[in-house]
Amino acid sequence: MKAFDYARAATPADAIGTDARIIAGGTNLLDLMKLQVETPARLIDINHVGLDGVERDGEGLRIGALVRNSDLAAHPAVRQDWPLLSRAILAGASPQLRNRATTGGNLMQRTRCYYFYDVDAPCNKRVPGSGCGAIGGVNRIHAILGASDHCIATYPGDMAVALSALDAVVEVEGPGGRREIAATDFHRLPGDRPDLDTELQPGEMILSVRLPAPLGGRQIYRKVRDRRSYAFALVSVAAVVTMRAGRMDRVRLAFGNVAHKPWRAPAAERMLTGQAPSPELFARAAEAVLEGARGQGHNDFKIPLLRRTLAAVLAEAVQETE
Amino acid sequence: MPEPIELKLDHRMDLPDQEDLLDRMAQGVISTPMDRPEGPLKVSGTASYADEDHPPGTAYGWFVRANIAKGWVTGLNTKELQTMPGVLAVIRDDRMIRNPAQGGDAKSPHQGPAEIFYKGQPIALVVAETFEQARDAGLAARAEYKDSSHKAVILPAQAKYEEPRSKQSSQGNLDRAMKKAAFSVDVEYDTPSMSHAAMEPHAAVAWWEDGRLTLRGSYQMLNSNAQELADALGVSVKKVRILSRYVGGGFGSKLGIGHEGVGAAIAAQKLGRPVAIALHRRQVFEATHRRSETRQRVRLCCDADGHLTGIGHEAWVSNLPGEDFSEPVTQATSFTWAGENREIGHYIGRLNLTGAGSMRAPGEAVGVPVTDAAMDELSEAAGIDPVEFRLRNIPETDPSTGKPFSSNRLADCIRIGAERFGWSERPKVPGSRREGEWLIGFGMSAIIRVNMLGDSTARVTLRPDGTALVETDMTDIGTGSYSVLTQIAAEMLGLPPERVTTVLGDSDLPPSIGSGGSRGAASSGSSVMLAARALRGKLAERMGCDEEELTLKDGTVIAGNRQRDLADVLAGDSLQGTGTIRKGKAEDGHRQSSWGAEFCEVAVSSVTGEVHVRRLSGVFAAGRILNAKTARSQCMGGMIFGIGQALHEEVFHDARDGSFMNRDLAEYHVPVNLDVPHMDIELLMDDRDPFANPMQAKGIGELALCGTAGAIVNAIANATGHRFRSFPVTLDKVLEKLG
Repeated sequence: MKAFDYARAATPADAIGTDARIIAGGTNLLDLMKLQVETPARLIDINHVGLDGVERDGEGLRIGALVRNSDLAAHPAVRQDWPLLSRAILAGASPQLRNRATTGGNLMQRTRCYYFYDVDAPCNKRVPGSGCGAIGGVNRIHAILGASDHCIATYPGDMAVALSALDAVVEVEGPGGRREIAATDFHRLPGDRPDLDTELQPGEMILSVRLPAPLGGRQIYRKVRDRRSYAFALVSVAAVVTMRAGRMDRVRLAFGNVAHKPWRAPAAERMLTGQAPSPELFARAAEAVLEGARGQGHNDFKIPLLRRTLAAVLAEAVQETE
Repeated sequence: MPEPIELKLDHRMDLPDQEDLLDRMAQGVISTPMDRPEGPLKVSGTASYADEDHPPGTAYGWFVRANIAKGWVTGLNTKELQTMPGVLAVIRDDRMIRNPAQGGDAKSPHQGPAEIFYKGQPIALVVAETFEQARDAGLAARAEYKDSSHKAVILPAQAKYEEPRSKQSSQGNLDRAMKKAAFSVDVEYDTPSMSHAAMEPHAAVAWWEDGRLTLRGSYQMLNSNAQELADALGVSVKKVRILSRYVGGGFGSKLGIGHEGVGAAIAAQKLGRPVAIALHRRQVFEATHRRSETRQRVRLCCDADGHLTGIGHEAWVSNLPGEDFSEPVTQATSFTWAGENREIGHYIGRLNLTGAGSMRAPGEAVGVPVTDAAMDELSEAAGIDPVEFRLRNIPETDPSTGKPFSSNRLADCIRIGAERFGWSERPKVPGSRREGEWLIGFGMSAIIRVNMLGDSTARVTLRPDGTALVETDMTDIGTGSYSVLTQIAAEMLGLPPERVTTVLGDSDLPPSIGSGGSRGAASSGSSVMLAARALRGKLAERMGCDEEELTLKDGTVIAGNRQRDLADVLAGDSLQGTGTIRKGKAEDGHRQSSWGAEFCEVAVSSVTGEVHVRRLSGVFAAGRILNAKTARSQCMGGMIFGIGQALHEEVFHDARDGSFMNRDLAEYHVPVNLDVPHMDIELLMDDRDPFANPMQAKGIGELALCGTAGAIVNAIANATGHRFRSFPVTLDKVLEKLG
């Protein structure tokens, strides 16, 4: 851990527009600082700025950036109307970590790529231009969609996958004012700048996450992993499906740990919407999700795994809501 | 306090025990599920582990790692590091070690930090005023190398394998038996590199006083550890004292002196102040030991009635150049199953990877699941129920030597286990039972672990007030040594356990074999029993009776119709008994092993390939059970370890340079609570093995692991109709076969 300056923000304004690294729950950042994967010169602690409430926002919900994962997952409105979010959060980490981790901080969680964590290994995300150790290395947990020659890391979290499926919006504020970023667009693809995980600009801070009106229907978060708890997903599928007269009416799908961002597949959603469910249709939808998918060797299995898991999730979703 | 009256009792285990002494005692505490005496300290966080107590003025060390797999260190930015805040020293000392000692080495491991044999090898030690400063400087270290990485051997397939003659054996003609057999299997299995991943990272705190070193460390075998440390430092063993009062898990990773111990001692010597080194979790993974990966070929054949006619087991394992240890994969194969044609092969490759060493049940942990999975395959080929098939093939005597078994309860364990588990409900046709997307299967495995005895000495002192003090350098690595040694002394001396204090983990105390190889409790326990027995002799003398006529109970001494308080009989004296047990001929004439059987139900997702263990049931025979609770906990721990071996644990080495990539507990997966199902554990409390030691107790610490993974893969085969021959059975491997 490099020596760093520490300041505590009293209001969001104290943290906005500074060059300090924002720390909230610290469940990821502190680990990375100990390993010197991250070496911020200054930290600004936003744990005391408020932003820790969940409030109604018309038909939707506004979640403060500092609402703890445990509190959000247990919130009655979330459990009632956006159960996907609650399920996704509870599928992640451990109770101790969820007690500490925040809504905004969870969005800023960094990849679990082994080479990113190893300061002696090449990693374009950690040290731009140093190369990618995972390509040709150990890449069981890496991306099958949207990767580049510079980086095949994934965004590892669960909560953001649900937020993407629920069409949530991230509200941020920077020196230039406030703006909104769709949760689906908040994380970016690596391209030739894998050092940039998100669209958040320097000096900007996440204020809240806004959920639009409840979608209803059956909401499923299925996380497939190497052990039954306390492991990152190999593939996760978030699905919201409403039915009308035997046909799928509204369909939202998002996929975790297959790309540098929670992966949405609008083509697959369109393909399913208005149709009667069938295994053949689900298979075609999976092909649409997997268009352009490419394995790196160890992670080739994620392609059939996603296909199978999606089919099972859709079959369950349409059954229960009929 | 007056000088104690000293008594001695040495015993060499040449003949089977015929006295059944512990069965004739009166206190009634042996074998009971007594709580751990140190339990309250541990659960309240007040038991002080190695790195939890630093003398005033302690400085802190951090190891610099090699970033290449093979070569030499030719330089280091020492001057730059020395200017960093708090840095006291940058140490590259020829006494620093390449890798930890192997269990029982009693001499220094390979020394010299300049030549690099594996990526992650410690090459320098940075010492600073605070841990954070040391780590900061350590991470700023930049070494210059003469890089020979291109000559590094990383993959087992690239290694040249040695074939030590002493490790090969053959009898009859296996090839011919395979050809003639009604049924046969010839299969290859592999198991990956694994890591002990004990909860407490390796740590040591060293200080020198008047030329003598005291080292608080996390070690399992203090007597040999002190010798290893002294040898590494070039000092007399008398100048070294190691303290390991509490050890937060070892599993073999703390059998030998490690980098932290040697490094802290050298740094403390150079700086003239205490130095503490706690390895980072990532260093624990890459710079202690691993369990070697194995490739195993098993050939089995039987006649039409399902009687084995041949068994072949070959194993390819690896280690660093120049290491004597090699995973003894075939250790139990020589005696477990019948068959007159037998072949054992053992091949050792030299790899530039983190050194291989003992990890819980070296040998059987990876060998038994594989031979047992092959047994399952043959039973299926022969159309015989796996339980019945195994029962038909339990030999009368050790089939390799013709020697009798000291005791063989394998058949009992299998029968009792099958009954308790409800084996008769097993799906007869593999892949035929389904609950929604889940495929359900049952599997079982024999459980085998050789039994050993190690020379051990203990001192038991009866104090004038009628309380007792037990002292030995034995360690408690979470296993229950404090409990069982207290119980043995209490039983022998007729004292309530709360009147017995057990002090362990100090190399200045009488030497025991330490914790390792499941022999600690039996060996150190026997020495405590002998020491207490010496005291009984003196008490009998004072009562004017033979020792056989003496009854000790609840702090009283009974002879005939006389009963006196122990304190009265002691009459102000302290009696100090020293007991020593030594290995003897009893183990030459008879094959000794602990036995068990495990049964498992799994559910396999036909969608994702995920495997859930639903039930795990085990029956174990390990001679006298010294404490029913700690023994059960050991079995539970072994079974959970086995779940990890079957489904989760695997070191990911980067094939290009051998880097241990998943070197943290987030990515090196061991079972978590949700992975562990209901477990049913039955101990055969009536079992005794008179050939083992005077207590007639055998090893139990590793036993339950030795086959668990076999039961699980056999259940997966029953659930899916597919055999999985590569551990761990992760979902990608299942998906590939489910199609």
